[in-house]
Formats: sequence, C-alpha cells, structure tokens
Amino acid sequence: MSEISRRKLIATGLAAAASASGIAIAAKLAARHGLIAPDAGVRFGTGEALTYAAQRVVVGHSLAREFSRSQISQNPFANEVDPLGDEFKRLQAGAFADWRLTVDGMAARPAAFSLSEIKTFPVSSQITMIGCEEGWTYIAEWTGVPLSFILDRVGPLPQVRYVVYRSFQQDWWDSIDMADALHPQTIVAHGMNGSDLPVPFGGPLRMRVPRQLGYKNVKYINHLTLTDSLKAFGKGLGSAAPEGGYAWFAGI
Amino acid sequence: MPLPEGNVHQTSTTPAFALRADLSRPRHAALVRITHWLTALAFLALAVTGGEIVLSHPRFYWGETGNVNMRPWLNLHLPSSRDTVPTGYGYVLPDQNGWSRYLHFEAAWLLIATGLLYVIWGLFNGHFRRNVFPDRGGLSPKALGSSLLSHLRFERPGPEEVWSYNVLQRLSYLIVIFVLFPLMIWTGLAMSFSFDAAFPAAVTLLGGHQTARSLHFLITILLVLFLLVHVFMIAFAGFLTRMRAMITGRVLPPKE
Repeated sequence: MSEISRRKLIATGLAAAASASGIAIAAKLAARHGLIAPDAGVRFGTGEALTYAAQRVVVGHSLAREFSRSQISQNPFANEVDPLGDEFKRLQAGAFADWRLTVDGMAARPAAFSLSEIKTFPVSSQITMIGCEEGWTYIAEWTGVPLSFILDRVGPLPQVRYVVYRSFQQDWWDSIDMADALHPQTIVAHGMNGSDLPVPFGGPLRMRVPRQLGYKNVKYINHLTLTDSLKAFGKGLGSAAPEGGYAWFAGI
Repeated sequence: MPLPEGNVHQTSTTPAFALRADLSRPRHAALVRITHWLTALAFLALAVTGGEIVLSHPRFYWGETGNVNMRPWLNLHLPSSRDTVPTGYGYVLPDQNGWSRYLHFEAAWLLIATGLLYVIWGLFNGHFRRNVFPDRGGLSPKALGSSLLSHLRFERPGPEEVWSYNVLQRLSYLIVIFVLFPLMIWTGLAMSFSFDAAFPAAVTLLGGHQTARSLHFLITILLVLFLLVHVFMIAFAGFLTRMRAMITGRVLPPKE
C-alpha cells in the first residue's frame, strides 16, 4: 500500500467537505425555486430529482419539436384504457353536452366549463409527437385551448405552483408545475387531425403536454385544481404515476 | 513531463517484468480504480434496467415514429411486459418498468458524473497521454498486425504486460470511452422530449426519435460485447493479478 501523504489527506478532506456543502447549498436553492420533484424521496428517486431540476434549468421555455403536415402518422396508436363504463357511454350518446371541466382550488373565479364553451375559447394547433414510456411514438395534430387561457379565466392566486388534472377515470390523474402549465404548447385538446378528438385518443378532452411522455397527457379530463402543494393529493407524490412506480416528471 | 517507466536499474540481464515494474506506485491510480468500478456498477444497472425497459416494447423502428400499427425493422420475438404488443406468447411478463426507469436515469447520472471526472482528470493529468493513447510506434501497420496476430493466436501475455496496455487494448478502450459511451448518452438524451425541445439537433442529426432508440439499443449490444471480451481477456491474461491491480493497485512480483 503506497503512503498516503498528509497533504493528500487534507486535500481530499477539503474536497469532500466542499462537495458536501456545495450539494447542501444546491439543494436549498433548488427547494426555494420549486425545483424539487414531489417524488424525490421514492426509491431511486434522487436521479429523477436531478433530472427535473437540470431540465428545468437547461430547457427553460423551449418549444417541443413541431412537424410538417406530411409527417402526421397514418397509423396513430390509441393505447387501450380500462372500460369507460355506462356513465361515459351516456355522456357520449349526448355528444358530451353534459361534460364539464371543473376548475377549482386556489382560483379567484372557480368555474365549470362545458365542451361547447371550451370550443369558443382561442384555439391553438400543434403537430407534435407523442411517445409512451414503452417506447412507441406517433405524430398528430392536436387542437385545443391553451391551458394558460383557462388559468387566466379563473384567476390563479399568487401562491399557485401546480395544476392538478383529473380524469373521468379515477385512477389516472396527474399534475404539472407552472412552467409547463403556462407553456404555449400545453393545451386542453378537443380536436385531433382535423376532427373532434376521438374517444380512444382521449376525447372529449385530453391534456396535451408535448415536452413530457404520454402518461402525463391524461385522457378524459374533467377536473383541474390549482394548488401550491401536491402533498394533499393522493399519496402526496405529485400524481398517480409515482404511486404506480413511474416518475412524476416525465421529461425523459 | 513523462515519468520514467521504472525506477529499476536496467541491465541486459534484467528480467522483462523488472524493466517496467515500478512497485513504489500503484499500477492504476486511485482515481482510475474508483472510476473504473463506479462505471462498472453504473453500466450494470443501466444494462439490466435497459433490458427491462426494452421488454415493454421489444420492437425497433427507423425514423421518427413507430408503434404496433407499423412495421418494425427489428422484432425481438420476446414476450413483453405489456399486453398491447402482440408477441404471440400467451402471457405477459410482470411490469417492472417503473422502478427500472427510475434506476436507469439515476445510474445515468452516476455514469456521467464518473465519466466526466475520469476524462477531465485523465486529460489534464497525463493519464491518457501516458497510458491509453497509442505511442508513435504502436500504430504502425507492423505493430498493429503483430498485436492482432498474437491475439488471434491466443498467445498468453508475459508478466511484463501487466504494466502497460497493448495497442489493441488501447484502441478498444479509447473507442469505448470516447465513442461508444458518448453515443449512448447522446442517443439516450435524444429520446427525451424535454431535452429535444432545447436541443432539437440532438435527435434530428441522428435521423429521428425511433432511430435514436434503435441506435441506443445497437450500441448497448456493442458495449455488452466489449464487456464480455474484456472480462475474458482479463481472465485469460491473469485474473487475480489484474483484479488486484485494479482494486488495490498492487502488483506482486512473479514467483521465481
């Protein structure tokens, strides 16, 4: 065993101390700027916490890639969901006239919007890619109202940090931070490839978050809640995803 | 400034081992040893979780899009952990994709941090220049040919070869460190919708999202092949000696 010089020991000790305090400072700064993911504490969650913070800093407000009309997939894949049940079929039979998107929580003017009302809101279209965590992808044109417009309508209180969105399917719900909620490409989609959003693809309403994986793009949404903390929702991990073993932040 | 290969007084009768041995310093620097094993751990975690992730959709495509409604260029004919993929098997494997993805990306951070530490240190410290880049003579056709031949003949290396990588070793390590691992990181990041938003060239230069995924898989195969050959060569050349050298840094002189 070679000699360990005193100088080397001191240098290594200083380096370790500097790294430890550096990490502590970084963690404090991250917490202050809302860069700690709500599921950072799960098993192997430290990596996801690093990814969330790094991507928020590096990616900023960049736009997801948009494609040309000729690149729209001829064979989009509508991933199976659990059977939607009789209540959904009843709503569908009524052309979703009775569908409501309730928006509540920390909002100055909570509201419940009907589908026809939503269709009078400003429309944003995007030809973007959607990809599942399984690895498959397709490109389609989604049309809908920017989430930022809906938020503006209901007046988020200054302390709002997240938007929780829930679905007709009780066990599939998710949330995004304000960076994503206010992003121009985050829309409540009601149209796909020139027609109304088909039911297998999430119709009547689907949250579209093109900078994250498919499971953040919850289908059949009917309830948005504005909040400053995700702790009170489900198990407090941010969404149904970590409860099922998947990362809250699905940027990668 | 290049350090002398050994501090042993050399005569015409000095054994080849002693010509190169420098028993006062470790065979591999502490940082080389630490980063070597951290990389091995990270790679193991990445390969296992990566394999699990593939099982959720064991098909590969070229270009931007690909799903079960499209024809893959590669169908692995394995059972899947999802029933949405028609595999022909009558069952679905347990779904381990959740924790696999968490660990995959956590191990990726370990790999990147370790790799950066090793490469930056190695470049500034002279480690690559002294120990990994081939020297001027090593790349001559004669030297390359000779090394290749002795490998193909399965010639067992002598004890003096503990002290220096041969030229084929140097070239393969350089390819792994500076080509294959960076490509893994690039193709991996290219599959991130968030990263692509900031750096679309990362995926467009590769030819699309599904091409990035296919390349990520293919380069994994190359790295796994490297791993198998690497372990075999270590065992063939002298497992205990080299493991000891890569763990404690010590090399014991050969018995008389």
